[in-house]
Amino acid sequence: MNSTRLTNNKNIDTNQKISFYFDGKNYFGYKGDTLASALLANKIHLVGRSFKYHRPRGFLSAGTEEPNGIVQLENDNVTEPNRRATEVLLYEGLRATSQNRWPNIKFDFGAINDFLSPFFPAGFYYKTFMWPPTFWKKYEFFIRHAAGLGKSPQTDDPHQYEHYHYHCDLLIVGSGISGLYAAEMIAEKDLKVLLVEQEDELGGSLLSDQNSEQKINDLSLLKWKDKILNNLKTKANIKIITSTTLFAYMHYNYLLAIQDMNPLDGLKKKNNIRQIIWKIRAKKVILATGSIERPITFDNNDRPGIMLANSASKFLNYYGVKLASELVVFTNNDSAYQTAIDFHKKGTNVKAVIDVRSYKESDIIKKTESLGIKIYYNYAVTNTSGRLKIKSVTINKIDDSVKKIIGPSLKIKCDFLCVSGGWTPTVHLFTQSRGKLIYRNHDGAFIPNQPFQDTVSIGSCNGTFHLNEILDETYIKIKEILISFNNNAQIDQKYKSKTNINNQHKHAWLIPSTKHFGKTKMFIDLQNDVTAKDIKVALREGFQSIEHVKRYTTTGMATDQGKTSNINALGIISDTTNRKIDDLGTTTFRLPYTPVTFGALAGRHIKEFFDVERKTPMHSWHIDNNALFEDVGQWKRAWYYPKADENMNNAVNREVKATRDSLGILDASTLGKIDIKGRDVGEFLNRIYTNAWLKLEIGKCRYGIMLGDDGMVMDDGVTTRIDENHYVMTTTTGNAASVMSKLEDWLQTEWPELQVYLTSITEQFGTISLNGPNARKVMEKISPSHDFSKENFPHMSFQNINIDNVSCRVMRISFTGELCYEINVPSSYANSFWKKCIKAGKEFNITPYGTEAMHVLRAEKGFIIVGQETDGSITPIDLDMNWIVSKKKYDFIGKRALYRSDTIKEDRKQLVGLLTKDSNEILEEGAQLVEKETTLPMAMVGHVTSSYYSPNLGRSFALALVKGGSNKKGFKLLAPMPNKTIEVEITSPVFIDPSNERLNT
Amino acid sequence: MFIIKCPYCGEREQAEFTCGGEAHIIRPKNPPELTDDQWADYLFIRQNNKGLQLERWNHFFGCRQWFNVARNTATDEIIKIYNMGEKAPIVEIEEPTTPSGEPSIGSGNFSTSTNTAKNK
Repeated sequence: MNSTRLTNNKNIDTNQKISFYFDGKNYFGYKGDTLASALLANKIHLVGRSFKYHRPRGFLSAGTEEPNGIVQLENDNVTEPNRRATEVLLYEGLRATSQNRWPNIKFDFGAINDFLSPFFPAGFYYKTFMWPPTFWKKYEFFIRHAAGLGKSPQTDDPHQYEHYHYHCDLLIVGSGISGLYAAEMIAEKDLKVLLVEQEDELGGSLLSDQNSEQKINDLSLLKWKDKILNNLKTKANIKIITSTTLFAYMHYNYLLAIQDMNPLDGLKKKNNIRQIIWKIRAKKVILATGSIERPITFDNNDRPGIMLANSASKFLNYYGVKLASELVVFTNNDSAYQTAIDFHKKGTNVKAVIDVRSYKESDIIKKTESLGIKIYYNYAVTNTSGRLKIKSVTINKIDDSVKKIIGPSLKIKCDFLCVSGGWTPTVHLFTQSRGKLIYRNHDGAFIPNQPFQDTVSIGSCNGTFHLNEILDETYIKIKEILISFNNNAQIDQKYKSKTNINNQHKHAWLIPSTKHFGKTKMFIDLQNDVTAKDIKVALREGFQSIEHVKRYTTTGMATDQGKTSNINALGIISDTTNRKIDDLGTTTFRLPYTPVTFGALAGRHIKEFFDVERKTPMHSWHIDNNALFEDVGQWKRAWYYPKADENMNNAVNREVKATRDSLGILDASTLGKIDIKGRDVGEFLNRIYTNAWLKLEIGKCRYGIMLGDDGMVMDDGVTTRIDENHYVMTTTTGNAASVMSKLEDWLQTEWPELQVYLTSITEQFGTISLNGPNARKVMEKISPSHDFSKENFPHMSFQNINIDNVSCRVMRISFTGELCYEINVPSSYANSFWKKCIKAGKEFNITPYGTEAMHVLRAEKGFIIVGQETDGSITPIDLDMNWIVSKKKYDFIGKRALYRSDTIKEDRKQLVGLLTKDSNEILEEGAQLVEKETTLPMAMVGHVTSSYYSPNLGRSFALALVKGGSNKKGFKLLAPMPNKTIEVEITSPVFIDPSNERLNT
Repeated sequence: MFIIKCPYCGEREQAEFTCGGEAHIIRPKNPPELTDDQWADYLFIRQNNKGLQLERWNHFFGCRQWFNVARNTATDEIIKIYNMGEKAPIVEIEEPTTPSGEPSIGSGNFSTSTNTAKNK
């Protein structure tokens, strides 16, 4: 037990010693400590270096608003930066490192910035690193090195995270006096309630104010709390979660909270759920989020050993840490007097209370005086001394406006200074919910005015600071809520407290200094190192809006989001510019309220659960046969099947050649398949495709192109008429879902008179595509009784064939230009049918080919791929497919747009083939084409869309979109590349079998 | 994230729905007779109101049915949900009133002084 620890503290279990490390050195704390309280008990006040000037810093607070005491927790793959030590519960073996210092915290090289501070004014980076522009890359290296707080882990996070949905009648945020009273009132009724508390223990401000002599009814605050908690334990309709921070308040009372599951195990415990994101939907929300004490802005107000008064009380009362032996308290309101009393009672020499106000009697001031504590009225702390910890304060008498020093300096030796600049209601969640604030001048507080959602604010987050008022307000507002839930039974006010006489807060935004203002270091934002001077510089340079001042000076932009600094910045701007704070407004309170780990946001949606992976029924065969896979949307498609020592080029060339020479087999199961039934399918197809569909016979297939109403190609595919009122449409793999949606959209919203029903059957059928001159022989082998002759089963026709008692839909359609049969079998049979085909095709050297060979084969034949040859700006005319655009139809989707002034222009980009002069040169897809090389910029006339080597042609070839290309066959173009210029000639886009002989065999 | 009451399934999270843009855009019955400008109007010109917006929504991860929604885009309040093909409802909402076009309540960044708002 060390001398800084008080005995008789029931929150700290001194029988359970906990060992931890800070900056590599071993210390001890006790069960119940936070890292902050344990460090302070070990007399460690210096816990970090400031961001810009690397000034020594200590804890300012005991809670979530802490700007200085942020540490890197643990190391390696479980490390977490920017953790507020005031919120980290101590656990055995904890390792924390101070941030932002080099080489160590007591001697920090970066502290030279402190001496150079005149050269680091507001907007320093904007002003300095702007020129010469070419130097930016050099600056960037150093800026990146200096910027940022903490280090992120470099390897996978071993923890798991979870998301949890919760619906309730009422959500209470915060468990201070008002939150607990509200919870008890509501829990009496038959309502589902969730109470969320960010700390690991319920009680809120009660935990730090426990020495107060105020009473609720006749109970001390702590006894009252225990009574309520005992009562709540018996209620099944209230769920209480602690160590849970509500960090976002969104539409329709949708709120997000993050719960730390093992606050006592910290990051050490692995392979279990570390944090849960609660996604809460509440009918009504009760905000009881409390308030945050403000620091005061005076010269050298940032030394270790300067702490917010109420936080000091919490360390003293709750954690039993005796912070000081000689204490000075500096305040502009009554609340800090309690801190003076608390410390006095625990044996600290309270040397003085410095109050900027004049003497006026109030209950608590009377009490302080009666204890013999010296109070300086109309005085202010104007400076402090002590490099690594405060050693003394300088005080001066000041005028009534707190703007001028009117008396000589007086030095008071001390080892701790508590400050209180008043209280700021925690309205973050209220404003996130888009509620409107109103400014209250007498204590400089923005308080909730008009809520936007079904929200009620109670207690100090509503600007209600006195105990009796909090109890009255909670009772009245919760009663209203209960009545709104039809709980009209008699509800009495159970708890009351007597009225105290309090003195008013007095504004003291900026304490004057004996020094020239330019030489002062009055910090407003401690985490981002923004001083009062910076704010004034920004104003002088013409920044008026609070949002601009914020960005220029970076005040309030650190990880604490200005919880302790924003209001002080506003006060100083208001004072300097003589504008009312009401008129300045506030900056936006953005979510999250406190930083949230990426792990928690991702939850379980990582790795294989990040997105759906779709696999075809033949997937296992592809794996067994050495396929590499390509992602097409969510689908895993076989890309190519390399043999022993083949590279990609060899494998693809082999697959392409074998298909043209004899037989190739492709898994086409991923193509979208839409089953279309109904009386009016013919009419429907006629409206959505560019060509004619009314006369398609049963058993026939037809290729169609689908446009948007802007005339641009949206999708293509073959549709087969299976029966009188039954069709099957195929779509491209990637567009299957969007085509289905668009068709459904037209049917439901534009043509409800059509009797057409769409069903996606993509996953119900596996599709085997047999391509090549020997395809027919395989079909004859697997179904010997069927007539596969050209006469009986011609190109673009369909037959339902029973093979081995399985009903197969076989289509003669082709995406290679070869004789092709596409066998659609129910998915559960697809893998065995695939193997059956492989076996039957063995004698014909059947070669499985993947998507890469498929691309080469279709490009050789001049078949387009939507999304490769088209990019949303290409019409079918541009693709040289006039033949598929009906001239006779009065209307179809996209028709009108095909003769807009722009779409009929002759120099639109049109599909052509390209042959390089050097037949081994393979153009890069996306390469730009020009007519002649001139100085930059050259006029570009087109670009390459597909480019491959063709083993069948024995040379490279490409497809391209070229301005006016349809009429430019034989023209020469250039493709300028970084290291050379490639000559190309425009050709027809069909390189193989232009007369379709192979196709129609 | 708001809650939408699908007319077929009931109240569901917004994540289940997709928005299909402005409602009551009817595809012309006589495209060949329209000028380029008229066709462009149908294709591209849409309202983007701050305030009342009539829009199409689809219960995409649900029943996949389309329906119409009258929504106040300044507050995200859903005022009315009605079927495809129904006439646009007559809806009165409180129009945005502040000089900057912000809604009278609910903007994120604002001055709290009522006087300034009037004086500007």
